[in-house]
Amino acid sequence: MNMGIDFLILMKQEWAVIIILFILLFIKVSSKDQANEYILKLVNILLLLNVIAGFFGLKDGVLFNEMFKTNHLIVTEKNILSLGTYIIALQSYPWLKNNKHILEFYILLLTTLLGMFFMISAGNLLMFYLGLELSSIPLAALANFDLEKRKSSEAAFKFIISSAFSSGLLLLGISLVYGTTGTLTLSALSDHLYGSPLQIFAFILLISGFGFKISAVPFHLWTADVYEGSPVTVTSYLSVISKGSVIFVFMTVLYTAFKSYIITWYNILFVLSVLTMVVGNLFAIRQNNIKRFLAFSSIAQVGFILIGITGSSQAGSASVVYFVLIYTFSNLGAFGVVGLVSAISGRENIDDYKAFYKTNPVLSWVLAISLFSLAGIPPTAGFFGKFFLLMAGAGQGNYILITIAALNMVVSLYYYLKVVKAIFMDPNENPVKKLIVTPSPKLALFICVTGIVLTGIISYVYEYIYSMSIGI
Amino acid sequence: MSLTLLILIPLLTALSVLFCKGLKQVRTVSLIGTTLQLFFSLIILFAYWKERAAGNSSQFLFESDYSWFEPLHIHYHIGIDGISLSMILLTAFVVIAGVLVSWTQEVLNKEFFFLLLFLSAGAYGYFISLDLFTLFFFLELAVIPKFMLIGIWGSGKKEYSAMKLALMLMAGSALVFVGLLGLYFNTNLNGAHSFDLIRISQMHIDTSVQNVFFPFAFIGFGIFSALFPFHTWVPDGHSSAPTAASMFLAGISMKLGGYGCLRVATYLMPDAAHHYSPVIVLLSTIAIIYGAFVTMMQKDLKYINAYSSVSHCGFVLLGIGMLTQTSINGAVLQMVSHGLMTALFFAVIGMIYSRTHTRLTKQLGGLLKVLPFISTVFVIAGLCSLGLPGFSGFVAEVTVFVGSWENPDLWYRLATILACASIVVTAVYILRAAGTAVMGPITNNHYNHITDAAWNERLAAGILITGIVVIGVAPFWLFHLINPGTEYIIQHLGKALALK
Repeated sequence: MNMGIDFLILMKQEWAVIIILFILLFIKVSSKDQANEYILKLVNILLLLNVIAGFFGLKDGVLFNEMFKTNHLIVTEKNILSLGTYIIALQSYPWLKNNKHILEFYILLLTTLLGMFFMISAGNLLMFYLGLELSSIPLAALANFDLEKRKSSEAAFKFIISSAFSSGLLLLGISLVYGTTGTLTLSALSDHLYGSPLQIFAFILLISGFGFKISAVPFHLWTADVYEGSPVTVTSYLSVISKGSVIFVFMTVLYTAFKSYIITWYNILFVLSVLTMVVGNLFAIRQNNIKRFLAFSSIAQVGFILIGITGSSQAGSASVVYFVLIYTFSNLGAFGVVGLVSAISGRENIDDYKAFYKTNPVLSWVLAISLFSLAGIPPTAGFFGKFFLLMAGAGQGNYILITIAALNMVVSLYYYLKVVKAIFMDPNENPVKKLIVTPSPKLALFICVTGIVLTGIISYVYEYIYSMSIGI
Repeated sequence: MSLTLLILIPLLTALSVLFCKGLKQVRTVSLIGTTLQLFFSLIILFAYWKERAAGNSSQFLFESDYSWFEPLHIHYHIGIDGISLSMILLTAFVVIAGVLVSWTQEVLNKEFFFLLLFLSAGAYGYFISLDLFTLFFFLELAVIPKFMLIGIWGSGKKEYSAMKLALMLMAGSALVFVGLLGLYFNTNLNGAHSFDLIRISQMHIDTSVQNVFFPFAFIGFGIFSALFPFHTWVPDGHSSAPTAASMFLAGISMKLGGYGCLRVATYLMPDAAHHYSPVIVLLSTIAIIYGAFVTMMQKDLKYINAYSSVSHCGFVLLGIGMLTQTSINGAVLQMVSHGLMTALFFAVIGMIYSRTHTRLTKQLGGLLKVLPFISTVFVIAGLCSLGLPGFSGFVAEVTVFVGSWENPDLWYRLATILACASIVVTAVYILRAAGTAVMGPITNNHYNHITDAAWNERLAAGILITGIVVIGVAPFWLFHLINPGTEYIIQHLGKALALK
């Protein structure tokens, strides 16, 4: 077998990111005072190329003795993350334009992306852990990127502590798994897991670790503070890209290594998803800061994703990947508008959005459409995403869970509509001024809205993802 | 005959409204679009008659079926029978009247007409869907535009009403959602599941399964149709909404529920329909009587019409719950009749309010002297509401009562008698409202300076009155349209009974 070419093709997305990283490092080292605008444009173009390149040369295979594996679904998952990163890079343009540390920002950002790619492709728990750490440590630095803000450092500190703690749980779980089975390869593990108490304990540790990373209740307590304190760009990165990547891995680990424990983890996920939806929703209702509000709403969304994971069929895993794609568009659409408002006017409360429609009609519609998509209202893609998630869950025949989820959608509609009400209906003497939006965030919002409108109605996207998905 | 045009025409009109400048262009484009739609609906009606006359006896006509989400067996499957056709005609009539009464909607006119047309596209899509996924898609599509219409252009405690309406309707569709998924996963087509209405109707779903999921579907759709005790969104929503939205809400939106109860819940789960029929009859009888008595206490014209809608929509659910062919025919007739009548009522209330700036019956009076046209229309709408022969209300209600009486059970007959008696109460509140508001001396000198209806208002009222009178005087064509559709439902219910 032609090892060298395989090596290049199978890891093409990782290579792409590494090349971009090196270009940026080279620029950083070579010149003293860089023109920010050019660098931003260069980065955006490189990231766009990265997204486009992801769609070519799809190939299944394993490398390094199953340390690294890839297939069509994994490539698609990485493409979703690259696309999300590209949108975020476009959105951060006005915020970074006058920042001195623009190159560091992108170097850190792309390092985390690289970590996530390795994590998704991991065929071995050790490799997974390596990727996870590569992605979470630079994220703490990113959360602290508003250097003069105290809240930002507080957020970074909370993030690094909680992420270290959850990594610890994961690592203990992994070592116990290794101790009882003698292997860490995902595909081989399922034959060695037979349900001894130590293995169950290791499994619980792993689930808790994952729970922290995807901020499922009761492991969610760090989320709101970190989201509120971090710069909006980083918050959106945390809530979409970072969370999405862990969800992909979580699903793979459950579906391959722990498939013999399906009854155990079905019940665990049942409880977790109900708690996550209910607590996320109830807390979201009470929020006044829009970033905290989006943080809790994204916790509630995770509850729905967990239901899709319980589906454990081809439709289940397809619906999860599909939903993460839609969630990327919807959440980044919402965060895009919030980021613009916060970068230009510095206002972050829901009350500040009162009468927003009078001054910024287009941005209001973008925000409203994104919120409708998050709430799962047709014809936005969110409707299809939620429908298919719950449908996959209903395939297991547990209609209690589906009823609870459906009613939670009503609760979530309440708080999304509260924001819509503030934008369109409430009077305000001092609304946010008319914002002048530069081309690149405009492009980002355009991509998001197009995605929200088209990914649902055009069934091709779902069918494409479905054709590559694998159930248990 | 491509039925998809029914969705595309309002959708394209709505989109082109966005590119218009100023109220004049916006309303002209909207009127052209809705007129086109009305003509297209009539063309469909004639084509339908032609097909039937040529001996085409299949259950649904003009079917087209495209695969949408292939792996999940979701199809875009559309087609119509007489029941859906009558609903489509109703929608076309109400929407064009809605555009006409909003002729002077100056504030945010573009958004207003866009949402109104978007809403109507959803309603058309709902009525032509033969796939439960598509049906659900269009059902939920209609929730948010209503929220926006009430919340932005409404009056009174508009935000509260809009939120209440959106959440209650969303809760309804959440229940429907569970019911539909339950149906889906209990179908078996060579190992695959299906959302297809026709296919599900052809297979027998376990009675125990039906008994679990029927309440979900029926209550879910019932919330849209003001099923007691989930009717509380109706009075708030209707009274806070701007005129055109009230017309749409009461005229069409509440019919989405009745149609779903009939087409999805009763038709696809006939065993459970028999099982739960006493509950439906009980709840709808309560709604009829309770609605009528509460209406008597109201002083605001919009509240009067809103609560009377609760009572009148009770007849729809009563007709469905009685499970005889005549009663179900009556239920469909009542949906059409009530849709036209209540739209007319809300339109005329809007006209009165825009001139007198009050909706309280006490403060009105002697309007007949200053507003002869509007007052006459008001009286016509009232008489139709109380079921005067010659208007559609009479035809529909009599059919429901006759059909209900066909059910020989003693308790059902008692319910029928009670429901019949509510007509007297209806007469009381309608005649009292008409008496105080329209007759008598002029109570406010300011009223001497107001002008009667403009051409657009006259046209809107004319269109709706034409519908009411045509059905009232010659109901047979509508009856023959509906009857073959209900026959299938009855056959299904009969089969279910035989299996018992």
